[in-house]
Amino acid sequence: MNLHELEILSWDLRQQTLDIIMAGGGGHIGGDMSLMNLILVLYERHLRISPETVHDPDRDRFVLSKGHSMEAYYAVLCHKGFLDLADVTANFSKAGSPYIGHPNNKLPGIEMNSGSLGHGLPVCVGMALAGKRSGKSWRVYTVMGDGELAEGSVWEGAMAAGHYKLDNLCAVVDRNRLQISGTTEEVMSHEPLTERFASFGWNTIEINGDKISEIDVAYRQAQEVKRKPTVIIANTTKGYGSPLMANKAGWHHHLPTAEEYEQIKRDFARGKEVAQSA
Amino acid sequence: MPNQIPNRQVVCETLTAHAENDKDIFVLCSDSRGSASLAPFAERFPEQFIEIGIAEQNLVSIAAGLASCGKKAFAASPACFLSTRSYEQVKVDCAYSNTNVKLIGISGGVSYGALGMSHHSAQDIAAMSALPNMRVYLPSDRHQTKCLVEALLRDEKPAYIRVGRNPVEDIYREKDCPFEMDKAVWLKGKNERVTAALIACGEMVHPALEAAAILQKGNISTSLLDMYCVKPLDKEAVIEAAQNADIVVTVEEHSPYGGLGSMVAQVVGENCPRRIKCLALPDAPVITGTSQEVFAHYGLTGEGIAATVRGLIQ
Repeated sequence: MNLHELEILSWDLRQQTLDIIMAGGGGHIGGDMSLMNLILVLYERHLRISPETVHDPDRDRFVLSKGHSMEAYYAVLCHKGFLDLADVTANFSKAGSPYIGHPNNKLPGIEMNSGSLGHGLPVCVGMALAGKRSGKSWRVYTVMGDGELAEGSVWEGAMAAGHYKLDNLCAVVDRNRLQISGTTEEVMSHEPLTERFASFGWNTIEINGDKISEIDVAYRQAQEVKRKPTVIIANTTKGYGSPLMANKAGWHHHLPTAEEYEQIKRDFARGKEVAQSA
Repeated sequence: MPNQIPNRQVVCETLTAHAENDKDIFVLCSDSRGSASLAPFAERFPEQFIEIGIAEQNLVSIAAGLASCGKKAFAASPACFLSTRSYEQVKVDCAYSNTNVKLIGISGGVSYGALGMSHHSAQDIAAMSALPNMRVYLPSDRHQTKCLVEALLRDEKPAYIRVGRNPVEDIYREKDCPFEMDKAVWLKGKNERVTAALIACGEMVHPALEAAAILQKGNISTSLLDMYCVKPLDKEAVIEAAQNADIVVTVEEHSPYGGLGSMVAQVVGENCPRRIKCLALPDAPVITGTSQEVFAHYGLTGEGIAATVRGLIQ
């Protein structure tokens, strides 16, 4: 799928994410929207995995470290054929359902459970080490939230990735600058973030993380880097796609009212029209 | 001459023996290759050894990542840090994700006697047992340790194994070590009607064996179970032991809460109520001393256990 097609598709997936949240009666909509393009580009153009190769030992690996953005991940997994969208939407968060609010590795295509923050990167270090020590060429990806970076375990993982020069590892920071209580810089500051990762021995790439073309280039650049892990600092917009929720901390896990739902739906439709006419 | 080989060394030797032909075996440590007796493994199989540095959370998560890629990950670190500092990682990355990570808690219990409560792991059984998918094993001697590690190499589920720092006296012999995974070992009194059923794990099996001998001289009959598999507890053996005894006494190197005694008491209470006494470390920082001195102070010796039994039946 080319980048223009991906841009158009992303708006459909945003709407599907919204519908999953509405059907389940809750979700983390703000972070879903900043995450969407990051994982859509990854799954469509870079990650070597499909429903047919889900058990292939040489597949690429992805771990959603910011596991609370599961609804966007559901939309992408459904689009890629790992899961059925109607089934997910009908059963998300329902009693006895496997479609919980965080990654569940009993579902096809999900490698590891998460939900507790600060786990994805160290787990991916293990996956990348397994690849290196076995002489395999699989690549390992994770997306973390920026609020998540306050977890010390992130930096333990970052230290080990730098130490072992894991150039088969690419971490993405969904840098939307908001967390549940306010801005990340008010809650616990991360700047200078790029320099922090660089000082741990990482290659760093900073992009506009809402722009599909920049995301795509960044993943490609990361694949060329040798003897260093790469972090993509993706400057994103929490609640991207609808002015109603964009850049508002209160939309971290706000459930839209019926009125708000209609407004967001119109905004997504408008986003799609703009993409189509581009 | 008493045994000079600590159980931790046996873990290393067993893994070393298998790593030659099994390239999926990976050993990870947290600057603990010396205390875990893992230096020989690290030297012989550097490609299967991963040093994590002093970062127990990272140790466990990285082990889980390796395991998710088909590796048999053995993460070795002092039990005190492994079981509580990295508890969140054990819960999510090992137990919840159900990865093939074997957590080797070395120098467990009060092995680091004089180093203080920071270095004691008197909560590990309770903590690890409370996690779904997690199994908990405390082998009693070097021969059982070897059997256990070999059995764990054959399965793909997470487990926590606690071994002590110091050599412990043999319970079994190399060629006579009855071992069935997740089945307690009857050391004495199977199918016998006895006064007291003793149930012990780990380093407490030996003093329990001594207690049984002391009591026998005083014509007090006992049975003894080596409950190396604390979780899944061998409930069948516990019920059988309790049914054939007047009283049940458990012995463990652990807090009095949430360990072997609590678990046995639950089974006994639900199935065949008997008077039960749970011998353990106190709910307090323990006194300074070697393991043996600490055990002696709290009555966790052959004589101490025997005295408890005598007191209960009077």
